[in-house]
Amino acid sequence: MSRLLSSISRLGRSVQHFTEDLGILGVFLFNAIRHGLNPPYTLKPVIRQIYFIGARSGLMITVAGLFVGMVVALQFYDTLVRFGSVSMLGSAVGLSLIRELGPVLTALLVTGRAGSAICAELGIMRTDHQIDALDCMAIDPYRYLIIPRLLAGVISVPLLTAIFVLMGIAGGYFIGVLLFGVSHGAYMQGMADTVLPRDMLMCLVKAVVFGLLIVWISAARGFLLHRDRKGAFGPEGVSRVTTEAVVLTSVSVLFADYLISALLL
Amino acid sequence: MKHQNIELTVGIFFLAGLLSLTWIAMRMGNMGGISQPEYELQARFVSVSGLKEGAFVEAAGVRVGHVADISFDSETYEALITLSIAESVQVQEDSTASIRTSGIIGDKFVKLTPGGAEELLSAGMEITETESSISIEELISKYIFESKD
Repeated sequence: MSRLLSSISRLGRSVQHFTEDLGILGVFLFNAIRHGLNPPYTLKPVIRQIYFIGARSGLMITVAGLFVGMVVALQFYDTLVRFGSVSMLGSAVGLSLIRELGPVLTALLVTGRAGSAICAELGIMRTDHQIDALDCMAIDPYRYLIIPRLLAGVISVPLLTAIFVLMGIAGGYFIGVLLFGVSHGAYMQGMADTVLPRDMLMCLVKAVVFGLLIVWISAARGFLLHRDRKGAFGPEGVSRVTTEAVVLTSVSVLFADYLISALLL
Repeated sequence: MKHQNIELTVGIFFLAGLLSLTWIAMRMGNMGGISQPEYELQARFVSVSGLKEGAFVEAAGVRVGHVADISFDSETYEALITLSIAESVQVQEDSTASIRTSGIIGDKFVKLTPGGAEELLSAGMEITETESSISIEELISKYIFESKD
């Protein structure tokens, strides 16, 4: 009986913790936006962060996009050739890249590369009391640390997604047209015919939302390291918080992906 | 020097991203450039089964417009569709609009066959000669049941 009660109360506790965490995340974003709206606005920190989140991810995204496009074209070709509708290859590659693979894979790659780094950096700043030091010097840590990263995420991820999709289409072209001999016109025109402005809109909405989610969750986990429930501080805390941030961000990206697809389809 | 490097890299990244975006938008999303002026015509069909909004309108195999709207007329129990056609294309009063399929499993599209009349249709007018979509199932079942007799 007491076993049953204790397991029920465990369930209750985890629900409570979950809502608490959501609340903390919400308050974090609210604070960041509220502090960020105060002038003066400076562009330099944002450019630094775009360099780190966006430009430095460019090569990785290019290579990843190329290979994803190639493998998608390969798989679709093998499937379509059984139905004798190889001319649909362009549509299949274009639609799957623009609607799903582009935004989602870009977001996951950026999470792994930049999200983890943001979280670890802010977490170490927190354990070293650097954020408290900023507070002492009357430098608003939200404005100085969070807002440039948020803006950079929202700006960089759509651009990276566009590069990913373009490289994916090029990779698909390489496999489909150059290797398997699908005609150039069938590939390009088929793609242009089936991809609608609506699909482009979905791609952009996803990329912007994912960009926000990645920086928001990663930054919040690192920045609020001292609020961590398990009470860890120092290197151990940073490592755990970073792992959690990557897992949480990836899951939220996939969840948001489903939600946006369901809403916009 | 180092700061300038960062700005240069960010600039290149921005340019690459924006170029990719515009290329995809123009090439794929058909959102590009100067959109041709179009005018709208109406047409009624007994059935438009399988036709979707945005489907192409073709004349002699050349794309001249798209299906802007599909609705149901509850008075006549007919489908009322709105065709958006490029302004440079003139449609005679007795032209025929028919719904065809590209290939056997392809998309449905509207085919315009020119008529011989002098009068041209202007925006908002209706194409009266129409042929509904052909259902392959119906054709096959007809064939099977007729051949039994």
